Amino acid sequence: MKLLNVSGSPHVHSDESTKKIMWRVNLALVPSLIVAVAFFGLNALLISIISVGCCILFQWLIEKFVMKVPSTICDGSAIVTGLLLAFNVPATQEMIWLVAIGALVAIGIGKMSFGGLGKNPFNPALVGRVFMLISFPVQMTTWPKTGSWFPMSIDTVTGATPLGLIKEQLSTGRSLTDIMSDPTLGLPSLCDIFLGHMGGSLGEVSAIAILIGAIYLLCKKIISWHIPVAFIGTAFVFSGILWLCNPDQFIDPLTTILTGGIMLGACFMATDMVTSPMAKSGQLIFGVGCGLLTIIIRNWGNYPEGVSFAILLMNSVTPLINRWCKPKRFAN
Amino acid sequence: MKTFAMGGVHPEENKISTTAAIEQFPLPKSAAILMTQHLGAPATPCVEKGDKVKVGQLIGKAETFMCANIHSPFSGTVAKIDTCKDAFGLTKPAIYINVEGDEWDESIDRTPDIKRECTLEPKEIVDKLKAMGIVGLGGATFPTHIKYSIAPDKKAEYLIINAVECEPYLTSDHRAMMEHAEEICIGVSILRKALGVPNAYIGIENNKPEPIAVMTKTAKEFEGIIVEPLKVKYPQGAEKQLINAITGRRVPSGKLPIDVGCVVSNVGTAFAVYEAIQKNKPLIENILTVTGKKLPSQHNYQVRVGTTYNDLIAHAINELPATTGKVISGGPMMGKAISNLDGPTTKGASSVLVIDEGEAERAKESNCIRCGKCMNACPMGLEPYLFSSLVKNRRIEEAGAANILDCIECGCCFFSCPANKPLLDEIRLGKNLYRGILMAKKK
Amino acid sequence: MTGIWSAVLVLSITGAIFAVVLWFVAQKFKVVEDPLIDEIAEVLPGANCGGCGRAGCRAMAEAFVKQGNMDGLKCPAGGEDVAKKVAELLGCTPEETEPQVAVVRCNGSCANAKAKTHYDGLQDCAFANSLYTGESGCVFGCLGLGNCTKACQFDALSMDPDTGLPIVDEDKCVACGACVKACPRGIIELRNKGLKNRRVFVACRNKEKGGEARKSCTAACIGCGKCEKTCPFGAITVENNLAYIDFTKCKLCRKCVAECPTGAIHAVNFPPKVERPAATEKPAAEAATAQNAAEEVKTETKA
Repeated sequence: MKLLNVSGSPHVHSDESTKKIMWRVNLALVPSLIVAVAFFGLNALLISIISVGCCILFQWLIEKFVMKVPSTICDGSAIVTGLLLAFNVPATQEMIWLVAIGALVAIGIGKMSFGGLGKNPFNPALVGRVFMLISFPVQMTTWPKTGSWFPMSIDTVTGATPLGLIKEQLSTGRSLTDIMSDPTLGLPSLCDIFLGHMGGSLGEVSAIAILIGAIYLLCKKIISWHIPVAFIGTAFVFSGILWLCNPDQFIDPLTTILTGGIMLGACFMATDMVTSPMAKSGQLIFGVGCGLLTIIIRNWGNYPEGVSFAILLMNSVTPLINRWCKPKRFAN
Repeated sequence: MKTFAMGGVHPEENKISTTAAIEQFPLPKSAAILMTQHLGAPATPCVEKGDKVKVGQLIGKAETFMCANIHSPFSGTVAKIDTCKDAFGLTKPAIYINVEGDEWDESIDRTPDIKRECTLEPKEIVDKLKAMGIVGLGGATFPTHIKYSIAPDKKAEYLIINAVECEPYLTSDHRAMMEHAEEICIGVSILRKALGVPNAYIGIENNKPEPIAVMTKTAKEFEGIIVEPLKVKYPQGAEKQLINAITGRRVPSGKLPIDVGCVVSNVGTAFAVYEAIQKNKPLIENILTVTGKKLPSQHNYQVRVGTTYNDLIAHAINELPATTGKVISGGPMMGKAISNLDGPTTKGASSVLVIDEGEAERAKESNCIRCGKCMNACPMGLEPYLFSSLVKNRRIEEAGAANILDCIECGCCFFSCPANKPLLDEIRLGKNLYRGILMAKKK
Repeated sequence: MTGIWSAVLVLSITGAIFAVVLWFVAQKFKVVEDPLIDEIAEVLPGANCGGCGRAGCRAMAEAFVKQGNMDGLKCPAGGEDVAKKVAELLGCTPEETEPQVAVVRCNGSCANAKAKTHYDGLQDCAFANSLYTGESGCVFGCLGLGNCTKACQFDALSMDPDTGLPIVDEDKCVACGACVKACPRGIIELRNKGLKNRRVFVACRNKEKGGEARKSCTAACIGCGKCEKTCPFGAITVENNLAYIDFTKCKLCRKCVAECPTGAIHAVNFPPKVERPAATEKPAAEAATAQNAAEEVKTETKA
């Protein structure tokens, strides 16, 4: 007979594992991927495959030759990073190759340089995205026009995101009501926005697909409602106040939260376990901070979109939040 | 449905031995009776080598405050007074007895009649509990007479009987309630009298509908016994959590249940109290579950203290299955892994749990992904992940400042950790080291 | 042009304000310190090993300066060189001390102390010690989880994968005592380095009775007392079934080594014996291995 095992209690373990969590996140991202392919065609699929493939490859190479530790590819976290990175770029032809550079930065600098999964202070996919946004501003803000379902090839004519379009028009001095009612601009209707029929990054366009994934994660208790609700709620309230003050200058709150990356950011990137606070109270602060920063950057910043920057900025204060927001003690 | 305020997990229940009726376990040929079967100092042997002893005769005397009497569970001759390795390999003083026949002390009432009336005064009850060597059977084996000697500046308002049995696998309390409901209720009445409280609450988890029904029915015949069904959640059986679930009160950090007016005893203890007070039978037997998913049969035994774990296994299932990974005394969440199967059982033993090798081995530890599951699972509202890193870097004082001593070692943190970090091991180490620092400071 | 001037002006004014503020702060929080502390701290090894019993080298330097001499204060890591330098700075004479080295007093290797259980918990000796006896069942023996190697600041300790015991690199060990404190079972002892680095010591800490001790480890000291009788210098004492060799009295004659029935007494750094006794020793060794083998068979059949 084998020797008896001895260890401290407990002697049983729940069936939770890092691997399971990561694969569930991957599963939750699938609806958005399907919608992305439906709207942007083969490009979207190719970008996702290249992004995921490069993330896996770089992580394997770094673990094998630089860190010299056993490979952790199987835990699926590289795939999450790859998918999220792909979801954050426009579905244009040149992105298919540029995304590989983003993957290198995301995995190499964003994750492995800190010691791998669990030790990175910033969301790796966002590190990759922001790096690309700053290095390739033109390519990263050139959006394919969406038209038919499942297009085999994308129009070379490029459109803009609703947010970019509005910002551009606002800077010419037109009022918002004027812009919104101008049929020549081709701004999407609210229904289109909800389904995702608009210009934008791969995974951020369809609010409905993102919500399906988020509800799945909520049911599996991988994310809690605190960050998404605080994030979207704050963005809604803050932009609502601005809109009430001056509807000619500021976009209405519903369009605000449905356009751009707020949905994707709030449900999948701000909720990243590693880089968000752990206590519920801390998560609320984190979400509120993300929401405020997003709206501030959108309205007064240079970029039409501010979700990535907002989340990265809040990531940087996560350790501080963790220090201040402690769980309620039983014996107090 | 009532339950405690925060945290908690729900492990797979695996109560597979609930239908096995309690069997009397046969006597061994010889046995070693440990002198430390309780929390505190060892008892002093009061027999000599070669003495003849009867069942129930006092063989170990409590000479210090924190100690309990030990009685002979067997009749026979004292072979030697020496040391013995217990089930965990630690050397303890022990009395070895060669078992001859089964001759009981005359004072013990062995008739099956149930005696309801108890005419003793509270003080006399406590003294008798002390004489009979009764200890808490919930796991901590705290001497019962100390618990029921309430300091004059404290006042007990609630008597809570712990019949939660929130640990997976264990069924000894379940069976005791099914078969000895009336005796238990008498025991509870006696304890209620000893404390002088109006009501006693028996907390039972909702996954035991049969015992709840039996106990509720029996309790109706008694004054001031209330059966309280509780929502199934581990660690409901922990003292502080049970008090919280039933009374809504919270025991403050570093305080005892009596500071919030509560006294908690296990349902097994109530049964032992009945036998001691009404039948003059000292604590020489306890009900023990032999269980495991891969075992050919499941058993609940009434076993004499001092029977070795090997005897138990041999009688119940002949031998351990070839794929056995771990043998545990107690439940899978808080029990201790046995390293020496030749060790004797003690008063507090509640089960022999055999776990298969696949389940017994801990999965490989990986990086903490800061998911916060440990924190959400902690019933004391602590931060296990923080303790883990502080203890690893030996920043013990900081861990102390984060209330590491509040930890009740329930194991919810390790149970729920997706990275398989041995969180509770680290916390235990931290607690030990921090206690050392506090001791050094006192000096 | 005005742009440049206003920039220069604003920067100069801010600079000036900061300078004044910083000056005041510096005055307010000024710490007057003996420059000797810095000088001595410079001389000390700077490993912050804690061997002196203080928080670090700087704390030790402060202690030196506060006391003004070296009585009772010793930097074990620095050795004589450092002591001389510190003495020079303090203007006193250093205490003469015998150089020491860490010695592992356990021979419970994987072969001698067979594992009876498999430990599957936190890889930390202090925790394993509080949990149970250890894999071999010996409550006094090495747990093999390497707290001593983690404590060593000088890279002088490593775990031998074959025996599961720590090995001391005598050239690197500075006898700071960090490992002695780190070991929850007190297996490591600082002993005098001895003549030509040669030492004789009892590699066991087991205080159980002989039979019990042998059950968990074949190389355990069984407290038979043969060595005590053999020692011509009275260096060996047997207490609680355990022999101990006083290194201040031991003359390295090695009579006890041959006498010990379990091989618990170790002699290190002696040249290998080339005389005849090698021939007589061989059969004994063979017999011992045969006996071991027989015991192995026995335990196996038991299991």
